[in-house]
Amino acid sequence: MAEKVYDRQNPAFYALLVALVVMAVGPIFMMLITSLKLNVDIMSDSSSLLFMPTLRNYETALCDFLWYDAPHIDYCDKTFGRALINSLIIALVSTVITLVIGCMAAYALVRFRFMGRDTVSLSTLAMRMVPPAVLLVPVFGIWTFQFQIDGTRAGIILVYVAMNLPFVIWILQSFIVQVPIQLEEAARMDGAGPFQVFFLVVLPLIKPGLAAAAIFTFRVAWNEFLLANALADRNSRTVPVTIVNSITEFDIDWGVIMATGMLLAIPPIIFTFVASRQIITGMTAGAVKG
Amino acid sequence: MQIANANRLTPYLFLAPAALVMAVALLYPIGYMIYASFLDWNPSQRIGEAEFVGLRNYVNLLSDAAFRESFWVTLKFAAVVVTIEMVLGVGLALLLDRNIRGMSVLRTLFILPMMIAPIVVGLMWRYMYHPSVGIFNRTIKSMGFEPIPWLSDGNWAFASVVIADVWQWTPFIFILSLAALQSLPQSAMEAARIDGATGWQQIVYIKLPLMMPVLIVTLLLRLIDAFKVLEVILVLTNGGPGLSTEILSLRISRTASEFRELGEAAAMSNYLLILLVILTFAMFAYNKAVEARTARLRKAAEEDL
Repeated sequence: MAEKVYDRQNPAFYALLVALVVMAVGPIFMMLITSLKLNVDIMSDSSSLLFMPTLRNYETALCDFLWYDAPHIDYCDKTFGRALINSLIIALVSTVITLVIGCMAAYALVRFRFMGRDTVSLSTLAMRMVPPAVLLVPVFGIWTFQFQIDGTRAGIILVYVAMNLPFVIWILQSFIVQVPIQLEEAARMDGAGPFQVFFLVVLPLIKPGLAAAAIFTFRVAWNEFLLANALADRNSRTVPVTIVNSITEFDIDWGVIMATGMLLAIPPIIFTFVASRQIITGMTAGAVKG
Repeated sequence: MQIANANRLTPYLFLAPAALVMAVALLYPIGYMIYASFLDWNPSQRIGEAEFVGLRNYVNLLSDAAFRESFWVTLKFAAVVVTIEMVLGVGLALLLDRNIRGMSVLRTLFILPMMIAPIVVGLMWRYMYHPSVGIFNRTIKSMGFEPIPWLSDGNWAFASVVIADVWQWTPFIFILSLAALQSLPQSAMEAARIDGATGWQQIVYIKLPLMMPVLIVTLLLRLIDAFKVLEVILVLTNGGPGLSTEILSLRISRTASEFRELGEAAAMSNYLLILLVILTFAMFAYNKAVEARTARLRKAAEEDL
């Protein structure tokens, strides 16, 4: 590999870069710092970087998963632990379902030429236009009175799958189009059925697209608040719902709430660092390539 | 014969699950909402028991000062954040489109704000805006100025909400414009450089016009999303003080859950949808018109040769 040659820039340019990075990451960093502080330290007037870091807030939030006794916890509030499990199940299951169905649909649309790409991009855009708030009333009504799946995880998963499908189909389509059809024909020549062609030839080739789609779906399901709030009952609440419930109270326990916020933010942050290339591909695929 | 049949059925089998889910959980609810908007309906009733009131919800909303206020707030919010974000995002992309070490790390850090939950974004900013422990007021106080009522004064609250949104979404515009810039034909830029165009001239006459198609799509996507913002504002101000930050999405959810007027909330959702449809179509029409015009100019130019 040849050494890449970089242009030299003047110092002011680097100063600007540093400032931008601080602006972008600063608030997240501050949340992390606050979540490691005792409330005494949060309220004190002294410098915000001189303090003893502690994991107490995380212990309070995750108390029912602790394998040891944390001396400062008198009463264990299990709300957050339960919500974390709900969030994980809901986000993972809806991601898997969306990917499987979305992938099949995208493949059919590309290979069997149902509708042109224009129709699909147009309907994706149309679906993207619908704000979750618009789905609030009908989803609440239908889920409660007709399907009677309000308050269940399955109900929440169903909405998330439907919400994410248009985008997933659209993005996967742009990857499937690039798979050379000759490969599939060769496989068919060797006696593979349509399902075999799909699972053994096409799927392995579009892994980057699948990664991008998976991350976007997981993110929506993991972060969504409004519909989960309307549909969930005590036992199926997700993390965003519990967070909002605990800030509407008059007295905010900043340390603990920042710890829960941090826990909610960690999976997307990990994804970003592991797969930023795929995320950027997913983000730009639609707009730049058209 | 049977195999041929199976093969003909395959595409439908592949499509069926997706079509079914979208029909049941997306199209049906939207149709349901349109129907519900003609009802006087509260959450304890089944939809069949609700009274049909025709266009009353829509008419009532038009004369409702609070609704008109939040409609206006929504428009103002979308216009302000999208303008600021476009200017900053495109500007930064033009500035940072250079061959420098660590660009990919930079991009990774910039997409973080978009990836974490809006609820958490709201939480972080609420903490920073906090009147006594927040970093902004601490800094301002330590410099000896009056603390700013970030979230408790109407105008400041609107500004605070805008700042948080700009922080979260400017990177989106930045990433898309950077991708557009890097996919521009090098030959055009080189030709301009050889002809002696200055940096500014290159930006104004070459780069921006060539980026235009992408910029328009970006603008459209961002505009649509700006109407969907809800969680950040919910956590920061919950629409207050007064109605100063109560955007339509928030009002819809409050009308449904607090005032228990599902019919009215549905009518409101419809107004929001109509607004979005109009905006999208306007944008599309404009895009098509621009394309047609460039095509015509190009043709004319070719004929002149």
